[in-house]
Order: sequence, then C-alpha cells, then structure tokens
Amino acid sequence: MKRIYAKEEVCIGCRLCEVHCIVQHSHSRNIIKAFRDELDRPSPRLFVEEGDALSFAVQCRHCDDAPCVAACMTGAMQKDEKTGAVTHDADRCVGCWMCVMVCPAGAIRRGTTGDKIASKCDLCGGESEPVCVARCPNEALVYEDRGE
Amino acid sequence: MSISHLLDDYQMVRDEERCIKCQVCARQCANNVHWYDEESDKMNSDGGSCVACQRCVTLCPTDALSVRRRPTSFRTNANWTAEVQTAIVKQAETGGVLLSGMGTDQPHPIYWDKILLNASQVTNPSIDPLREPMELRTYLGRKPDRLEIDFSAYTPTVTTRIDAQLKLEVPILFSAMSYGSISYNACLSLARASRDSGTFYNTGEGGLHKDFYEYGPNTIVQVASGRFGVTPEYLRQAAAIEIKIGQGAKPGIGGHLPGEKVNRAISETRMIPEGSDAISPAPHHDIYSIEDLRQLIYALKEATAYTKPVGVKISAVHNVAAIASGSVRAGADIVAIDGIRGGTGAAPTVIRDNVGIPIELALAAVDSRLREEGIRNQASIVVAGGIRNSADITKAIALGADAVYIGTSALIAMGCHVCQKCYTGRCNWGIATQDPDLVRRLNPEIGTRRLKNLLRAWSLEIKEMMGAMGVNAIESLRGNRAHLRGVGLSDTELNILGILPAGS
Repeated sequence: MKRIYAKEEVCIGCRLCEVHCIVQHSHSRNIIKAFRDELDRPSPRLFVEEGDALSFAVQCRHCDDAPCVAACMTGAMQKDEKTGAVTHDADRCVGCWMCVMVCPAGAIRRGTTGDKIASKCDLCGGESEPVCVARCPNEALVYEDRGE
Repeated sequence: MSISHLLDDYQMVRDEERCIKCQVCARQCANNVHWYDEESDKMNSDGGSCVACQRCVTLCPTDALSVRRRPTSFRTNANWTAEVQTAIVKQAETGGVLLSGMGTDQPHPIYWDKILLNASQVTNPSIDPLREPMELRTYLGRKPDRLEIDFSAYTPTVTTRIDAQLKLEVPILFSAMSYGSISYNACLSLARASRDSGTFYNTGEGGLHKDFYEYGPNTIVQVASGRFGVTPEYLRQAAAIEIKIGQGAKPGIGGHLPGEKVNRAISETRMIPEGSDAISPAPHHDIYSIEDLRQLIYALKEATAYTKPVGVKISAVHNVAAIASGSVRAGADIVAIDGIRGGTGAAPTVIRDNVGIPIELALAAVDSRLREEGIRNQASIVVAGGIRNSADITKAIALGADAVYIGTSALIAMGCHVCQKCYTGRCNWGIATQDPDLVRRLNPEIGTRRLKNLLRAWSLEIKEMMGAMGVNAIESLRGNRAHLRGVGLSDTELNILGILPAGS
C-alpha cells in the first residue's frame, strides 16, 4: 500500500507538516481561523522527532498486522481491507488508550479536542496526497508504494 | 565598554493578525532573529541580526512576516550616505578589513541593458523555434586553423586532428564554486543538473569529493594557486581542466576558507588537515610570466595525455585583451573571463567594489584582439560575472563569447537571496554553509530540478531570440555584432564594444 515515508536526510525540522496536519483536521480548514479562532483546535497527527542533528516526522505506519487494531476493545481501530489504511472511528472510541500503549511507532496520541478520543494519521481520508507530504517545503515526506 | 554606533540594518515586521505562533520562523533562522516567549505566549523578533535572506518570510505558512529596511533616516547627504557612514563605523569599531559575499552591489554600469538585439522584418524572415529546429549545441576548445579533407574515398573524411572539445547542449556552464565555499548538496545539485542538461559545472579550488567522480564527464576541475585537491586522479576524472589565475570579484586577491568550515570531508577533498585554514595565495608562485603559464598548461596536458581541453580563467582587468592573447598563445584551449560583477564566497568589500572592469567591455576587447591577431579559433571564450538572464547570454554570444558561466544565477535558482553573508557560514538556504543542520535545507533533488528548469527556460528564450533574428544556429550568432545596437552609450564605449548605435 501507499505509505508516508520520511527522508530524514532532508528534513529541516520546521514542523510545517504538523501545522498543515492541524489545519487539515480543523473545522474551517483555514490556517488562520484554525489556529486563532477555533477553541477545539486538533492536535497534529504526526510528530517531528528531533535529536542529535537529525529530525523526521513520524506518523501511523498503517501496519499490516496492526497491534492497535488487536488491542482496541470497541473495534474503533480497524484495518481497511481495501485501502490497507488503519482507520479510527471516533464514535466508537472510549478513550481507554490501549492503542497508545501498544503502538510501536508512538504514532497515536490522546486527542486535544476535549472529547477524549485517540488521534492518529488518517492519510487525510482519501486525498490524493496527504497534506503533510504535499506541503513539506523540502520534500522530506513522500507518499509512495514501496511494496511493503 | 562603550556602546556600538552601529544601527540595525533590518527590521522584522510581523502581522500579529496573521501570526499563528507556529514557530517555523524561529526554527528556520540560523541568526536567531525570532524566538518564542512561553511566558507571554508571544513570538518575538530581533531585527538586529537579520540579513534579509527571506528564509522565514518564505516559509511562514500565513505570510505574516516581512523584512524591511530599518526606517531610521540618516540626514540626507549625497556624499556621506548611510552606507558610507556605516562602513566607517564598522571599521572604527573593529579595525578590520570589511568582508562581503556575492558580487558587487554597487551601481556599476550594466552594458547588457544598453545593448539591444535585432529582429527580422519583411526582407529576412524570422524563424519559429517551435516549428523549426534550432541549434544551441556548442563545442568549447581549440579549433584547427584549417581543415584537411580527404576526398579520395566515396565519403570524404576530415584528416586534420581535432583537439579535445567539450560538447555543450546549452551555451551555459556553472561557474567555479568550491566544495567548502558551498555545501555538498549544492555541489551535488550542480553536478546532477550538468549531467542531465548536457553541460558542465566547475569544482573551483575545492578538490573533487569522491562521491562526485560519477559526474566526472560533466566536471571541469580547477587548478588554482593553492593546488588544493589536485592529484593525477582528480585530473583524470575531469572533462576539462581550468587554471584559475583570477576571479572577477577579487582580481589579484587569493582565497581563504576559514578552518571552521574545513570539516573531515572537506579536509579529505582538499588534502589539508581538518580545521586548518585553506589559504590560496594571490598569485601562483610558479607563474610569473606567459612562459610560466605555458609550462603549467602543458604540464596538465601531458598529465592527461592531451585528451582534455585546458583553460585559463582570468579576471577582467585593464589589460585583459593582452593577457587573454598571451594565454591563448601559451596553449589555453578555453579562456574564461570573469567581470567586475562576478561573485564570490568572501572578498574584501573594497576590492569587490572597485577592482576590475565590466565583462561586456572585456569580452569585446578580447574577442576583437584575438580576431585581429588571427588566433580567435585557437581558444573558446567563456564569460562570467553577473549574467542575469537569457538576454544577457544572447548578447554575450553575439558580442563574441562561445558560452557563459553562471554562478549567482544558479545559486538564486537553488534558493539564494543574495544576502551577501556567504562568508559567515550561516547560510539559511543550505548553500554557503557546512553546518549539517543547514546543509539539509537544500534537498539536492529540488536543487537539481530547479537548475535544470532554469537552463531549460533560458534555452527556450535564447531560441526565441535567435528565431526573431532569423538565426537557426547559435554558431551563426557567435561574434555577430551586427545583431547588436547600443543605446545611451558614448562613441568610445560603442567603439570598444564594436557595435553601432541604435538608429544607424
């Protein structure tokens, strides 16, 4: 399946991927409104990890054998057989945080919108290219099928 | 301690209505102009260290930032301008030589803008480059005085031995910029773009990193006064060799790469100890005459078994024509001339702004001189120093150049905003720096693509201009000054340029 891959050799640690992820998942999808006016601004669904002169963005790997799907007691986490994406149904999520515990990539976090649900990458729900990839100023994120 | 009299050059203007405090500006500024204050939950900026490189402005996702010149007005004075006063203050406070990066920012005349191109009307049809083939291919190197052709066989063959030539698909090469003065990623972008576009880049006096050996067929290696990185292997890898005598931005001045930039990779490439200054002497200590130059040219030709053109790069100075003529007679296959507007990673500002002559006049003088002496065919002329667009290139070729070198234009294509702070090593665009955090900002894939685009765009425009003139091969335009007319130039200038005034 097509996945997002980070090219750490050209990641500049600007965190614009996080900014645009927030905008994409906001109500207005308008960057200024999302940041300045929306009270329940979502948290980013990918995270730039930084350390010793290296940085890269981490997001849900959409694992083939996803531990979060196995650990989810309500069935909120599902593996979409057709697209391969690991999806998260906010209506079913009860905020038990088992997915957060088992995620090997640390890519699931508690949402900050106040309704106590898990927050993770949804590949921008069918956009031809997730916004983090499209808006990365240095093309340090790519969306491609590497046959993995 | 007394206070500094220096005033900040720039001021950051932040549109508070648009700022979303994402801190991208703070993360991207290598000069620490921006910072986020957690206590007040505010973004702050200190314009004092801003160099107007536009990195934050470009990356700000809400266009909330702009850089302005600080509006403080010095009392108006035509002699004692703010720039003049600032320079004096800096020197009064430091006692040092003022340094600058890039080419001169002084308003020296740009003759390209006073030269206009011709176009065909009625009697000589123009050509549509989209419908008809246009030839930009250029060969650089020594051309024979006459051709011997054997007509005895059914297919005639040229029997004259043709010296080694560089084959260019576009008459544009990338100027000498060393690994050290620019980053690994910048060098890689230039090398790849050269390979993909069928042209050449020049190593400058920085040696050739082993990773770049694969681009050897598109590499011109430089032999300069410090001889850094020059080995038989280095010469073998190259398509051509260039002896650097001078550089337009600093004629008569050597080079100095500060030890801080000499990291392990650069030390290996230049073959000097890590952390030591790389100092190129002002002259070649073994070249004090044309005869000495001839010895080096032929030493390099011998070392490479006469398989590669050997060129000589000189700065455009007062007696450039005589020097070029001497270089050709000494055996140079290519003469590169760098004008006063040529760039540099670092030069004393006073040299950069005051030494040398404009490339247009130097080119015309050299081309005329070599023609008069009947040796124009013996070497190709490549001109450099402030070539800004395809019109400059077309005019240069009509004035007598075989091709042009572009340095600053190539850097701008990769992201440079000509802030002139190359010598600080804090290039926010990942070009003139060796800091791995900053180098990463230039993705070589993007750099390559942008350089290729620039060459492609300029090629298309050159073809358009040639087509308008009714010329379908760049060879027919080369040295064809009848296609040029001058406007607003004195008789003397027109004379030197060898062109007629507009209207005649």
